Amino acid sequence: MEISGPNSVAVRTENVCRHYQMGEALVRAVDGISIDIRAGEFVALLGASGSGKSSLLNLVAGLDRPTSGAVIVHGTDLAALSRDQLAKYRLHTVGMVFQSFNLIPSMSLLENVELPMRFAEVDRRDRSALARQSLERVGLSGRLSHRPMELSGGEQQRASLARALINRPKLLLADEPTGNLDSRTGTEIMELIHSFNQSLGMTVLMVTHEQTLAEKYAGRMLHLADGKLVDDKANKIELEPVRPPASRGETQ
Amino acid sequence: MKLYDVTDLAIRNLRESIFRNSLTTIGISVGVASLVAMLSLGIGLQQLASRRLEKSGLFDTVVATSRRDLRNFREQREEGPPPAESRSLDEAARQQIAHIPGVVEAYPDIRFVTDLRFDGKPHLTMVAGIPFSAKNNNDAFDGMQGSFFSSDASPEVIVQRSFAEELLAITPKPGSDNTSIAELAKPLLGKELTMRYAERTSSPSLGQNDSAAYSVVSRQQVLKIVGLTDLDPDSMRGMARARVFLPLKLAQNLHVMPSNLRDASASDSPSYTSLSVRVTNPNQVPAVEDAIKKLGFNAFSIVDATRSMRQFFAVLDGFLAIFGSLALAVASIGIVNTLVMAILERRREIGIMKALGASDADVRGLFFAEAGAMGLVGGAVGVTLGWAIGRLINFGTNIYLERQHFPSAQIWSVPLWLVLGAIAFSIVVSLISGLYPASRAARLDPVQALRYE
Repeated sequence: MEISGPNSVAVRTENVCRHYQMGEALVRAVDGISIDIRAGEFVALLGASGSGKSSLLNLVAGLDRPTSGAVIVHGTDLAALSRDQLAKYRLHTVGMVFQSFNLIPSMSLLENVELPMRFAEVDRRDRSALARQSLERVGLSGRLSHRPMELSGGEQQRASLARALINRPKLLLADEPTGNLDSRTGTEIMELIHSFNQSLGMTVLMVTHEQTLAEKYAGRMLHLADGKLVDDKANKIELEPVRPPASRGETQ
Repeated sequence: MKLYDVTDLAIRNLRESIFRNSLTTIGISVGVASLVAMLSLGIGLQQLASRRLEKSGLFDTVVATSRRDLRNFREQREEGPPPAESRSLDEAARQQIAHIPGVVEAYPDIRFVTDLRFDGKPHLTMVAGIPFSAKNNNDAFDGMQGSFFSSDASPEVIVQRSFAEELLAITPKPGSDNTSIAELAKPLLGKELTMRYAERTSSPSLGQNDSAAYSVVSRQQVLKIVGLTDLDPDSMRGMARARVFLPLKLAQNLHVMPSNLRDASASDSPSYTSLSVRVTNPNQVPAVEDAIKKLGFNAFSIVDATRSMRQFFAVLDGFLAIFGSLALAVASIGIVNTLVMAILERRREIGIMKALGASDADVRGLFFAEAGAMGLVGGAVGVTLGWAIGRLINFGTNIYLERQHFPSAQIWSVPLWLVLGAIAFSIVVSLISGLYPASRAARLDPVQALRYE
């Protein structure tokens, strides 16, 4: 496995499982998924609700720990990280965008975008300029002091993109980023994500249930059902997909 | 996260639910206020008591006597030469004692029983010499009627209440209010007393060398009543308490024949029955006492009494602090409640912060800072409130004291250490209260928190 370079593996999962106990029943949200995602790939995770795509995303995001198996991001096994190291990983390596935007309502857009820099202990004097730049990049330079509730859904999602990118992550994880948006606004957001993928060479892993959007923007589509990977196909690719480690025989 | 950011975010969060956080902070303020009010009264009373006691001359005075004086046989266990060979308490000894470090002054104790005539009627009482310095150092002269002696040797007297009553033939009826000191003073101030006493003079006819030879001459001295004191300036003396006070120099110059003949047949140079040794500070009493004993004299003081007084106030302050702290304990439950509510309310926000990369320590620090800020503001407001309550109680007490014809007193005191200590205590209690909510917030699972709507 290459660790660096354009064709290096950014994300690798090895037979990863995430099982929950719900009362009597054992829920296998993620059930033995092995995939390799190369640096710079734009990957869409598709599947019906409850198929385990969000759970898989949370494992890659370091928000959750697998029941078994490994999640390796840029050569680091997340399972081996302490809670503190995992927080650092989320801070510097991962940027996240959510369906419900998850901006903090009591803060202005500028303050929302500055928030991750507080955790990263970026010098106070540099923050405002960096946050402005980031908001400008998503076309929100006129909305700096607005609170999230004063903005449209599309604008909120742009702000959350600006926030996700502020600490220059290698990996952008998006959980249904267009789920709360109309199709036109959704397309705008996808264009933005696509442009970051292209211009910054950022690896994108996006959960969606909109097949058409995935087909239009993603270079590779992974279909999940019942916590298992059921289909992995390339799509009008600029980058060749990495073959999943089929020899291990976890995928069906 | 840097301290600035933690503080900034904490203040922002506190402002977000300003009403609830204000109520919690008021709770802390009331707790701190009760603590400060209780302790300020305890400290004030203690200061009042020690001020009074220090000024009474009870605790800053050591009495030195000669070992030759057989009346002090109970002290004979002391090391040093046997009584008959030990030093006499003369002027040289007085000066030596006056130079011991910590000693303010050492003056002879002159007291004698004599006959004072007022309006032609004789009154027999104990008369004592008082040093001029007592004007400022003895509490009994603070609220007196008339004035202190005009000089150290002027023919003036200050009369104690019970003697004034005797002079005016007033018998205080038990149970009824005493005649006020001002009423007693009116007919007496400026009047004259004639003191008849026996002067001891050396007798030349019997030879200069024989110091034991002297003659006694009957004299009289006219004295003007300049002052009347309600309190007893001589309370340390117990049964030998004087009721009429002369300037010390005057008393010395009179060469009154001591009432006890043993003292009279003393030695070549005039020696004193006892010396009163005043020290700068009650803490120095034991050291001065030891130094006097090393010089070969007997010394005693009542310093142990201050120790038990301090002990009493330590216990009193302890009780007051416990009652004051109870209110603060109740307030701290308020902090726990507010912060736990804040966790429920901000669950999603905590999840977002964690997803963005906030560490457990960042989240914990944030909740800690919020608790600490409420403690700081609550403490500061509480100290102000407690100070005001203390003042109010002081004010009320003084109105009451005035109605009862007592001199006003400062029964309340808020020293700087109490102000800082109370605020620090409030912050510490708040931080301890924030411990559980903060660690609960830090442990929050981000996936669950983000799912929470």
